[in-house]
Amino acid sequence: MTALADVVAFACLLSGAALCLTAGLGLVRFPDVLSRMHAGTKPQVLGVLLVMVGAAIRLDGWANAWMLLLVAAFQLLTAPVSAHLISRVAYRRRHVRRDLLLVDEYAGTGHQDERYRGDEPGDAPPEDPRPAAGRPG
Amino acid sequence: MTVVSGALYAMMAGGAVLALYRLARGPSLLDRVVATDTLLVIISAGLAVHAALVRDPTLVPVLVVVSLLAFVGSVSVARYIGGMLLRSRTGDGRDVGLPLAAEEREAR
Repeated sequence: MTALADVVAFACLLSGAALCLTAGLGLVRFPDVLSRMHAGTKPQVLGVLLVMVGAAIRLDGWANAWMLLLVAAFQLLTAPVSAHLISRVAYRRRHVRRDLLLVDEYAGTGHQDERYRGDEPGDAPPEDPRPAAGRPG
Repeated sequence: MTVVSGALYAMMAGGAVLALYRLARGPSLLDRVVATDTLLVIISAGLAVHAALVRDPTLVPVLVVVSLLAFVGSVSVARYIGGMLLRSRTGDGRDVGLPLAAEEREAR
């Protein structure tokens, strides 16, 4: 029984660690902020859940299990919030590679800033050609 | 057992090193925010793996703190970038004090 529980726990831990390695690889190899975030949120939800299940099996006792469940629930609650904030700012600040998008429902509706604000990457799309004094606001 | 723990630590360390590479290299601030978020998640997963391997529940409250810190940090930096320079208009339609990268881009 204990050996079987250990096998299950180590399988969960190994899967979670493999997801962490995958996140690092995706962060290095993917082209823009949105796809890097897509890779980076793999261990944020499934990886953390698997690691917490493995740790809860290994650390017996209900106090530890509840604490690990709290961490997992908190990850599930907060990962969408921060991902939403970061991706909204990334779209408005032209951090998205528009040429790599298949569907862009925000295109041409003024959801992006017209002018650069200084923190864009080098491959950002060109800014609005109107002079700075001529635009409203 | 030794092989499994070595593989676990190696994969965690590989992911953390790659996230650190993106953190140092990342062309924009948002790449660094994403890399920091992922790095903190990998750190908390590594703490949980260590606690599970040595069967030591001392580190479990630290996990709660680290995950809270990851959320608060990434949200606050994203809000900071979202409001950056938006209130620095002087009324004549020009931004005051662009960051250095944009000034170099305009000089080119």
